[in-house]
Amino acid sequence: MTITEGPALEVGSARRRKEDARLITGRTTWTENVTLPGMLHLAILRSPMAHARITAIDVAPALAVKGVVDVFSGRDVADVQGSLPCAWPVTEDMVRPDRPPIAVDEVRFMGEAVAVVAARSRAAALDAIAAIEVDYESLPTVLDLEAAIADDADLVHADKGTNKGYTWVFDSAAAGTGGDAAAAIDGAELVIRRRYVQQRLIPAFMEPRSVVVDPTGDVYSIWSATQIPHILRFLLSVVTGTPEHKVRVIAPDVGGGFGGKLQVTPEELITFIAARRLGKPVKFTESRSESLVSAHHGRDMIQDVELAARRDGTVVGLRVKLLANMGAYMGLVGPGVPILGAFMYNAIYKFPAYRFECVGVFTNTVITDAYRGAGRPEATYAIERIMDELADELGLDPLEVRRRNWINADEFPFTTVCGLQYDSGDYAKATDRAMELFGYDELRQEQQARRDTGDSVQLGIGVSTYTEMCGLAPSRVLGSLRYGAGGWETASIRVLPTGRVEVVTGTSPHGQGHETAWSQIVADQLGVAFDDVEVLHGDTRTSYKGLDTYGSRSLAVGGIALYNACQKVIEKAKPVAAHMLECDPADIEFTGGQFRVRGNPDGGRTLADCSLAVFAAHDLPDGIEPTLDADAVYDPVNFSFPHGTHLCATEVDTETGRVTIRKYVAVDDVGRVINPLIVEGQVHGGVAQGIAQALFEEAVYDSDGNLMTGTFVDYTLPTAADLPSIVTDRTESPAPDHPLGTKGVGEAGTIASTPAVVNAIVDALRPLGVHDIAMPCTPERVWRAVQGGAA
Amino acid sequence: MTRVSIKVDGVDYEDDVEPRTLLVHHLREQLGKVGTVVGCDTSNCGACTVLMSDADGHQRSVKSCSVLAVQANDREIITIEGLSGPDRTLHPVQRAFHQAHGLQCGFCTPGMIMAAVDLLEENADPSEEEIREGLEGNLCRCTGYQNIVRAVREASAEIRAGHGTAEPAPPTPRAGEGETPDSGLRREDVPDETIPQPVP
Ligand code: FES
Ligand code: FES
Repeated sequence: MTITEGPALEVGSARRRKEDARLITGRTTWTENVTLPGMLHLAILRSPMAHARITAIDVAPALAVKGVVDVFSGRDVADVQGSLPCAWPVTEDMVRPDRPPIAVDEVRFMGEAVAVVAARSRAAALDAIAAIEVDYESLPTVLDLEAAIADDADLVHADKGTNKGYTWVFDSAAAGTGGDAAAAIDGAELVIRRRYVQQRLIPAFMEPRSVVVDPTGDVYSIWSATQIPHILRFLLSVVTGTPEHKVRVIAPDVGGGFGGKLQVTPEELITFIAARRLGKPVKFTESRSESLVSAHHGRDMIQDVELAARRDGTVVGLRVKLLANMGAYMGLVGPGVPILGAFMYNAIYKFPAYRFECVGVFTNTVITDAYRGAGRPEATYAIERIMDELADELGLDPLEVRRRNWINADEFPFTTVCGLQYDSGDYAKATDRAMELFGYDELRQEQQARRDTGDSVQLGIGVSTYTEMCGLAPSRVLGSLRYGAGGWETASIRVLPTGRVEVVTGTSPHGQGHETAWSQIVADQLGVAFDDVEVLHGDTRTSYKGLDTYGSRSLAVGGIALYNACQKVIEKAKPVAAHMLECDPADIEFTGGQFRVRGNPDGGRTLADCSLAVFAAHDLPDGIEPTLDADAVYDPVNFSFPHGTHLCATEVDTETGRVTIRKYVAVDDVGRVINPLIVEGQVHGGVAQGIAQALFEEAVYDSDGNLMTGTFVDYTLPTAADLPSIVTDRTESPAPDHPLGTKGVGEAGTIASTPAVVNAIVDALRPLGVHDIAMPCTPERVWRAVQGGAA
Repeated sequence: MTRVSIKVDGVDYEDDVEPRTLLVHHLREQLGKVGTVVGCDTSNCGACTVLMSDADGHQRSVKSCSVLAVQANDREIITIEGLSGPDRTLHPVQRAFHQAHGLQCGFCTPGMIMAAVDLLEENADPSEEEIREGLEGNLCRCTGYQNIVRAVREASAEIRAGHGTAEPAPPTPRAGEGETPDSGLRREDVPDETIPQPVP
């Protein structure tokens, strides 16, 4: 007799998502859908000035508006409003100005909250906002990063005496992880120096931020469109002095994040303060225009890069100087974003010497903080751009230069010049596959033909080979970087009497399909049906512990916690099965979804049999606790390092500057894949965001500090008509530290695609003398580069 | 206040509205139709798209944030909540979004689906380019649109087949098919009746 096969493996199959059922039928719980009896609506008056002293606020006309219940300004709540938290003081002496949710005496960026109205309807609240009178006395505005750190600069925070928030340095010689970059550069055969500018971007999640705070009952219940319900609960408690067990945060369906909802926001605190003041449920939902001026932005750095190499193409040293725009205050993890990037400038290469220095700079703009990839796309952009310059200088193919420097498959694990230990990978394999799908050689031939005939539409080929650090991170590593929290994650499994399973995760998805992927993992591990698994998340009462979702950590860290919890459930069930099968627990094995006596294929017991037995608990042997539930907390031993090769072909019209993406190939290695459909979707979306930085998006402040791109009319997200279809494929280097071999995929596409696109545009125009084009590469910029280059 | 009578998802409603009330707010706040969402205040994102009957009774997609509730007087509106059949069978476009993984966070999805329904009403067999242009008024930040386009192509094939053409509609190649190894993903074939249906 043969042992019956278990259920087909869920992991690796392209399961359609569980989440979809409610999302495609409109039966969702967005925070904005939450309505409670007696609920009041808030509206926020925001500063129209980038930097000004508030000399007077008259709220009386607003109070007179019908339906208005309360109006308050920063000064009215100064003693209770606290300061918004920054969890990442990257240096001991980092300047960390207080950041009240509502400005008290001075506004420091356009869009900062100045006064708040609570009213019976949103319309009344908005009417009342318009009636508030504020007198401002304008102050000098600091916007330019280099001017901001000059000796005689005007100051964003006069009392701090400087606009330099911090200076953070990594030097491989000092760290003992490599040689001296200065010496390498001084003695090099060849040095390439470039400046790259990471324009300011706006995460632009589609669901505007929304908060509901209900102070009735015994606890404060807070619904928020956030990526970080657990961190929010802890910090709200700390900032407001409310005991943590009296705060419950619920992140229901959340419509996108991309790092943009990785923040403790002024709006969350303001809503909390209003609910506490009024003793009534209160809701605030931002308009899109408010979102664009007040939710944090991303990127905004100036990178000065020096790359030293030998004539054979071997890189001998890299030095990076970075100015990072923090905005007017330090965001939750904003100061740490460039520091994450610092570890990625050496990318997939065996650079022997490296020095990185970053200055975090205050300006009169909204804060910057995490945006998809957070530091790593910026680093990858700079290094992948300058590697192309090296190739050009040496007359080598861009891929050849990379091959001469990259870490070979047989060299893993590899300790980099930054001291990171890359776990696994095969850059050659991913690159070869990408070249094949792309038709690299044919496109190079076509490129040459167009050059030879002087075609007005030139073809460019852009290469981007990348790696990233996923799965933030071993807690002790985060501690050594002065990050305030750890990097662990939790999972709990509750086995219900009928054998169905509830999974509680500390991760907090907002589109990544955790309910589906987690169900697939649990189904395989416990031998239960996919549909018999329910995944619970985003409510600090059901999921009381966790560190939420950002940095592609959910699966890479939370997935291991989940796996470990499953193993604990199996261990707990073994003595129960042994009791039913009348054997020694040591003789029980769990295969194909059945607990069996080793060597005996018959008469197995399922998890459901065991759960019913512990539910009844009639005749369990002494010492067996009647439950199969299990918790696991996992602190990762290392990051994981996905990698890949993206190739982009662009057609660049030299007469109009118009850029068309002709072909885009993404070959990513994200370790073992749980659900290929979800992975593919993440790559599509990630690549789209990276292309958007290369071609379309830029947040622009005018010289007075007004955001010129304050609506979706001006901040132009790409539409379906603006983007190409891309070709995706994978190689698979399982993560050695992960029992399921997974690495993380959320940011890969964004990290890789921006340099691939810009490299392709510059490649098209190199014969015209073009070496760089500032992002976004709009037709006008491209056209100007052509004119300048040809001149 | 102005009295309006609007049929929404098959039910007749009569309400008093302030003249300045936008249709989307009327739907959400007065009628509780919160499946239709608001993503912007400049009529750019399309998240609020619903179908509204025109003077000739044809259902056309409109951005409900750019229509006043009073303009919908005596019209019929279909929202995402009323799109599936009375027995709760999904509309082919809804089903295709699920099958083709045409959504991630799902916030743009109701509007995207309604816009796609209208697009297919206009053009039963749109090319990839026609779909991309047809959906230009709807923003999605998550999917890069690739699987949305795929979903609309698949829905168009299904609708054409379902409308009883003499021959079954030829299988529509997926966007990028032939080039995209992932289009050959192992996808389990989900029979229609097992498409998840939420419990009301
Ligand atoms: S809400 Fe954006 S178009 Fe209507
Ligand atoms: S699925 Fe998130 S915006 Fe479209």
